[in-house]
Amino acid sequence: MKPQVFDYARAESADEAVALLAEAGEDARILAGGQSLMAVLNLRLAQPSVLIDISRVPDLNYVRNDGKQLVIGAAATQGSVEWRSQLASEVPLLAQAFPHISHFQIRNRGTVCGSIAHADPSAELPLALAVLGGQVVLRSRRGRRVVEASDFFQGMLMTARAADELVEEVRYPLAQAGHRYAFEEFSGRHGDFALAAVAAVVTPDSIRLAVGGVSDRPRVKTWGRVSGADLDSAINDFAWELGARDDHHATGKYRRQLVRHLGRTAIEKALA
Amino acid sequence: MEMKIPPVAPDQKQETPFVGRPMQRIEDVSLLTGRGQYGDDVGVKPGTLHAAIVRSPHAHATIDRIDVARAEGMPGVRAVLTGADIAGWSKPFVVGVKAPMEMWALAMERVRYVGEPVAVVVAESRYLAEDAADLVQVEYSSLPAVATIDEAIGPDAAVLHEAVGSNVVSDRHFRYGDPETAFASAPHTVELTVRYPRNSCTPIEGAIVVADYLSPEEGYDVSSNFMGPFSLHTVMALALRVPGNKLRHRTFRDSGGSFGVKHAVFQYVVLMCLASRKAGAPVKWVEDRLEHLTGLTSSTNRLSTIRAAVEADGRITALAYDQFDDCGGYLRAPEPATFYRMHGCLTGAYAIPNLLVRNRVVLTNKTPAGLVRGFGGPQVYFALERIMQRISVELNIEPVDVYRRNFIPADAFPYKAAAGALIDSGNYQRALEVASTEGGLAELYARRDKARAEGRLFGIGFAAVVEPSISNMGYITTVLPKEERAKAGPKNGAIASATVGIDPLGGVNVVIASAPAGQGHRTVCAQVVADVLGLHPDQIAVNVEFDTQKDAWSVAAGNYSSRFAGAVAGAVHLAAVKLRDKLATIAAPQLGCEPADVVLAGGKVHRKDDPSRSLPFLRMAASPHWAPGLLPEGVEPGLRETAFWSGSTLAAPDDEDRVNTSAAYGFAFDVCAVEVDRHTGRVRIDKYMTTHDAGKILNPALADGQIRGAFAQGLGAALMEEFRYGADGSFQSGTYADYLVPTTCEVPDIDIFHIETPSPFTPLGAKGLGEANNMSVPPCIGNAVADALGVADLTLPLTPSKVMALIGTDEPPPSAGMAQPAAAPAAAGKGGKALAARGEVVFDASPEAVFKVLLDPVALAKVIPGCNALDPAGENRYRADVTVGVGMIKARYSAEVELSELDPPRSLRLAGAGLSAVGSARGSGLVTLEPQGTGTVLRYDYSAEVSGKVAAVGSRMLEGAAKIVLGQLFEQLGREAGGTGGARPAAAKRGWWHRLLALFGVKA
Repeated sequence: MKPQVFDYARAESADEAVALLAEAGEDARILAGGQSLMAVLNLRLAQPSVLIDISRVPDLNYVRNDGKQLVIGAAATQGSVEWRSQLASEVPLLAQAFPHISHFQIRNRGTVCGSIAHADPSAELPLALAVLGGQVVLRSRRGRRVVEASDFFQGMLMTARAADELVEEVRYPLAQAGHRYAFEEFSGRHGDFALAAVAAVVTPDSIRLAVGGVSDRPRVKTWGRVSGADLDSAINDFAWELGARDDHHATGKYRRQLVRHLGRTAIEKALA
Repeated sequence: MEMKIPPVAPDQKQETPFVGRPMQRIEDVSLLTGRGQYGDDVGVKPGTLHAAIVRSPHAHATIDRIDVARAEGMPGVRAVLTGADIAGWSKPFVVGVKAPMEMWALAMERVRYVGEPVAVVVAESRYLAEDAADLVQVEYSSLPAVATIDEAIGPDAAVLHEAVGSNVVSDRHFRYGDPETAFASAPHTVELTVRYPRNSCTPIEGAIVVADYLSPEEGYDVSSNFMGPFSLHTVMALALRVPGNKLRHRTFRDSGGSFGVKHAVFQYVVLMCLASRKAGAPVKWVEDRLEHLTGLTSSTNRLSTIRAAVEADGRITALAYDQFDDCGGYLRAPEPATFYRMHGCLTGAYAIPNLLVRNRVVLTNKTPAGLVRGFGGPQVYFALERIMQRISVELNIEPVDVYRRNFIPADAFPYKAAAGALIDSGNYQRALEVASTEGGLAELYARRDKARAEGRLFGIGFAAVVEPSISNMGYITTVLPKEERAKAGPKNGAIASATVGIDPLGGVNVVIASAPAGQGHRTVCAQVVADVLGLHPDQIAVNVEFDTQKDAWSVAAGNYSSRFAGAVAGAVHLAAVKLRDKLATIAAPQLGCEPADVVLAGGKVHRKDDPSRSLPFLRMAASPHWAPGLLPEGVEPGLRETAFWSGSTLAAPDDEDRVNTSAAYGFAFDVCAVEVDRHTGRVRIDKYMTTHDAGKILNPALADGQIRGAFAQGLGAALMEEFRYGADGSFQSGTYADYLVPTTCEVPDIDIFHIETPSPFTPLGAKGLGEANNMSVPPCIGNAVADALGVADLTLPLTPSKVMALIGTDEPPPSAGMAQPAAAPAAAGKGGKALAARGEVVFDASPEAVFKVLLDPVALAKVIPGCNALDPAGENRYRADVTVGVGMIKARYSAEVELSELDPPRSLRLAGAGLSAVGSARGSGLVTLEPQGTGTVLRYDYSAEVSGKVAAVGSRMLEGAAKIVLGQLFEQLGREAGGTGGARPAAAKRGWWHRLLALFGVKA
């Protein structure tokens, strides 16, 4: 469990980071919190030629509320967002989701943008971004582009990011008046990868439900304000659509059951 | 005989013994301040090299060729050791079953489990060694793998060791009393078939070996965290073809957990000795987590059918076990001890006179099994205690009544059990009372009634276990028929040894031949000696670094079978008594009394009848060093005494195959209540209580620590832990994300009660207690879940998914209007766990065009995702160099691609097999093409098998990854066939398949 040889470059600025990325080509990797990358390196499941460390880049280490969104820079740790005193009113869904993300020691190191860029199908932060309709800002030497969450996540560990692009920031929409949010998750142990996670947003005229951990990426569904048996049926259809599979942790049938149960629970919680 | 432990105030004066007090551990200060001396922390000789092990990605394959040239040529690499080297320097490991099968330190010609060592690279750093290990080229021809007991015993099973001719390498029948008559006359027969899974008790620290081949004259000098039994020292020496005195083995002062599994380090001691010999320098190897989970050892999975002949009142008159133990790819010592450690006490805590046993040892393509804390107990008790619950249900008798009527009566001890255990002491009925009264059993029943009235799933479970400690070294010979035993010569006993000495300033030193792993042996030894010599434990130095060249030891030495409290602490006591008696003899003339009237207490040596006539201990004890000429006549100089102790009741198996498998038998009676969440299947422990009788408790704080630790591990075995294998024998639990161990968040607090019926057979009356809960917790929780759900068949671990299936709710189908998701592919492969994918893609090109691409090497190279090179290797066969990946994960495979079953332009089979540093992969799929308008519908039906590291650490993502790579393949195929057009995925636009398989799967 020792990584292969790689070069290490510590970027001093965002400009330098994207310049290094452009020069290094496809085999470069951004190192931020390292909570997924280091394990993969030590297992030799990845052999990057160079690691570009952005963890100490001051102009990427920010979390700010711009009045519409919570904007989180690439070097900002999950902990630095989680411990914001106003988070529960700014982005209540995130406040509910953070405790499910592994353990606080890992959140103190791991970054929000890193989780988004990694796009693990079970991860909570991509799920929250997807259900809230957030945005990802990609930056390269060629410039910046803003990608909607729905376009960004393309499959298991697959995103719209090009090789020379840095996930510079992500933007979580702030809570809106009259909207209610709920997050529910089930995992083998506290902090494990979710067997299923759901996030619900209830607005005056719609119900939005997103599911993580079942399909290859967060999946989002929006309905009108259905209720009762109609809601059950809608959630059940969604559960079937996700194409849940059997693995050693759980059967596909079990995951559908979790989607139905957690989905209903989250929506009821949001409505309560 | 039984007593309750009186509470002892921490500041209690020395008049009461230190033994029995909950003293804080001497070990804690260094451990808690980062000053532990673990194997990896200890300095090594200058010039020590580092080893990395090349391991088999295949469960079963022949080794056709090993090419080490590239690895050896790498700067910093000093040696590469392969099977060819070790044949000249070593021999296969000896094992207790005589059969024509061999296990060497490295695979010879054939690999039989994923993770089996194939070569060792020795380099100047571990980094370089791992780099070079990736360059060792091993060519394998894979063989059909046997992944389960059921397959292994089937008529068409591939045979692992051909000379044996069968995967069943031992088949023994035992009969005690008259079981046939008992079954024939019993009004009820209750039967149950259960499986105990593969799991472990994973220590934080893996194996560590520092080996140094000194010279032909001096042999090998090794330090490792091998824990014993030191009977295995002889196995190592024989394998290395040296006398025992030329294999010096030393342990490190601290060990980061052992739990039985570190017995298996012995295999790597031998391997690193050989690596050192080849490299001509000391070699250090530190096992990493992946290696540990994949390749070190595992508990033995068992399939058992148990039957009980039961009277109308619930009394059991006979038991019959039919058991299969899966020992993995090789029978490695001390296996098949999982069967025989428990043999004498297979009737558990019950007075059952008749017993029938059939034990079959089975080999499969899995990691060799061995000692894991509780050794043999969890397998027995998951059958025995589950059937107790079934008897209660089927005869409609309260569980506590079934227990009360079957327990060995309190006045029957020492009790000779049917298969030979001499159960030394106990009062099981009293434990039942403690649980009922102090444990509040009635209250628990009330909670169950209330919960059930509210529609909740609530259950209560019980388990009673007899916990053997201090193994009889002869028990394993029970596996041999008596004629073979007679030939081999008798084996018995359980020799423990300890040495107590006094230095020239009167300081007391204790040395034991154990190899503790954090239990607090130094603390307890100090307590024991302090009591004998009238000192404070702080004055006693205890050294537990065990050195086979310098210490007094014997074959039973080591840290296993809960032998410390009964045997080792007992030997310490005996050595201290010898020393005390010598000191009394020396002091008597100075005090003017007989030696028998000399008392050592409070740091003084005084006359029994006149405490004012006293000498300070330190001065009195030091003086014989300085003035041996003043010793009383007949007293030899020197103040150092060694005591050996062996259980007097431990005889070799008798001619009727009865064997007293252990010197002492503790007892635990557990009760638990669980609530099952009917929406998620989560099992919540509502209450757990455990009542122990381990004879004399030496240190109640350490005892409770042992119980809590064993409970946590039992909880893991009950609810989470399992080493999982694919149908192809691929190992799929290589990380702690796949092998779930309870953390502090998942372990509830438990209620512990003690009663004490001291053992008449151990020096201090103590018995082991650290393993009972490993044995009791899985059936106790299982029984509670069975009670909650009203089900008979349970398979561990009781994961939420499995429990949900037991609850058995009907699933609502999707609504009629909904587009049906592509049917989940029929599980491919034998066990149904191979990766399978099925789908269709629509192209803008004609079937002929698509077919043409597939047959054209240049075009095909563009189609295969990540193809770096494609060279013909026969008709429609190619060698390919392929880099596959998903997200950040990437691996480069050397692969073979083959097109067969060609039926242009309608169908063909596309198959591939590849090998990379992260494992092997192969896949095969039928591709059919059907014209649709001007285009083509391509359908594929694939199955793939992935083994090695990727399967071990990535099972969560394998299936998704397989689909991604297939998706890439066919999308590119469409693009290539249609020129610029590209494929239109049939279903969703970006489907869900997009990259990765080759990495993991279908090498395509």
